[in-house]
Amino acid sequence: MSALAGIETRLTALLEGHPTAADAPELLGLGEQILEQWVSAQGHTPTQTQREGFRLIALHRQGTEDEPSFNACRETCRELVYHYNLLILEPDRPESGARAQMMTRIANHLYLFVAGKMQVRQLGEFCCASRPLRAQGE
Amino acid sequence: MSDGKIDKYRKVAYYPGCSLEGTGHAYDRSTRVLGKALGLDLVEVPNWNCCGAMEAKNIDPKVQTYLSARIMALTANELGMDVVMAPCNGCYHNLKKAEYDLAHDEASREVVGKLAEKSGETAYQAGQVETIHALDWIKSAIGEQGLRERVRGGLKGLRVANYYGCMYSRPRHIFPEKDAGTGSESTSKPHFMDDLLAAAGAENVEFALKTACCGGAHTLSDSDMSTRLVLNILQAAEAAGAEVIATECPTCHSGLEMHQVRAERRFGKKTQVKIIYFTQLLGIALGLSPRKVGLQENVSDGLAALRSRGVA
Repeated sequence: MSALAGIETRLTALLEGHPTAADAPELLGLGEQILEQWVSAQGHTPTQTQREGFRLIALHRQGTEDEPSFNACRETCRELVYHYNLLILEPDRPESGARAQMMTRIANHLYLFVAGKMQVRQLGEFCCASRPLRAQGE
Repeated sequence: MSDGKIDKYRKVAYYPGCSLEGTGHAYDRSTRVLGKALGLDLVEVPNWNCCGAMEAKNIDPKVQTYLSARIMALTANELGMDVVMAPCNGCYHNLKKAEYDLAHDEASREVVGKLAEKSGETAYQAGQVETIHALDWIKSAIGEQGLRERVRGGLKGLRVANYYGCMYSRPRHIFPEKDAGTGSESTSKPHFMDDLLAAAGAENVEFALKTACCGGAHTLSDSDMSTRLVLNILQAAEAAGAEVIATECPTCHSGLEMHQVRAERRFGKKTQVKIIYFTQLLGIALGLSPRKVGLQENVSDGLAALRSRGVA
């Protein structure tokens, strides 16, 4: 099983279950693993540094270096961090279950976005900040 | 841009773009009738062309720059106007990108100049025209207070998730007016649609995926991936408590609608949330009939949902 497939299996299990605030660190970690896959596929070593206190944000920034259109998941990464903060800072709130469920959906979106982007990488880009196919060698 | 009536935006050039003549016809229809109901004037750009969308851009970005610049040139030179409104995120994005490129890139100016000369037209010069989105238009020309004063019936607490898609605010550098302090739009957490619909009586839900990718780019190469991305957005909206997803882009809108149907057929995952253009919702809040705002043209059966809530 590839690393991405393993992440998908875990996210599916979390989505079908009832994630709680206790799952927030794992979900943040899954987000980092998803971005590691992208950065590695670009031929780079995933950074261990943090930005704004989060490795996820640093990884996202690293992921955009060769690919401006990767910025399209910037807010998804930030929402993941935001929900992590909500769950860690206020784990006992009545809405924690719903927040954990939403954090799982956000992580799932990041997975789908990155997995899709890796699939079409050889087929060209059509995203907002795309580079044309013929310019790839420039 | 700030809330409130700004005369400059009460009469603007209108660039509907290709989608609004096809799958996004209901958006065109609702935009026009909404403007009329609000006392705003739209003057359609004569002899307009495709903005270059994704196809031309992917082959040669400078051809896209020319195509988009031509719209702005027609606005300035044929209509003598200095504001053009594009309701489609793709068109809006491309015109903003052309403006940026022409202001910052000599090679773009050269190509646009040559192509314009070849077609016997006056080349667009950066700064001649301001491109705005339909959200900017309503927000600036009417504002929340102006809407509140005009609402008849309103949206009665309809729970709405506002979906802006990816092209409305990305990349940030082509939208210098955003993130510009109080009253301006945010690129990370857009809120203009939220503000307008709240003024019309909607209850906006906190929607974490409001700018997330809908997979439009994968629609042809990997439809399943698009369907799964859309399904995740639909399920997130439902989990947030939304009855309706409000849209402001024809591509996002048709993507959400079509993949909602496909998700049920392909994956057996049914979602109930309805997809409705913000212009349709505002029109209904102002007392326009569902037919007048083209609700019958939507794939998603928003009318039944609105009727069951006593909104329409």
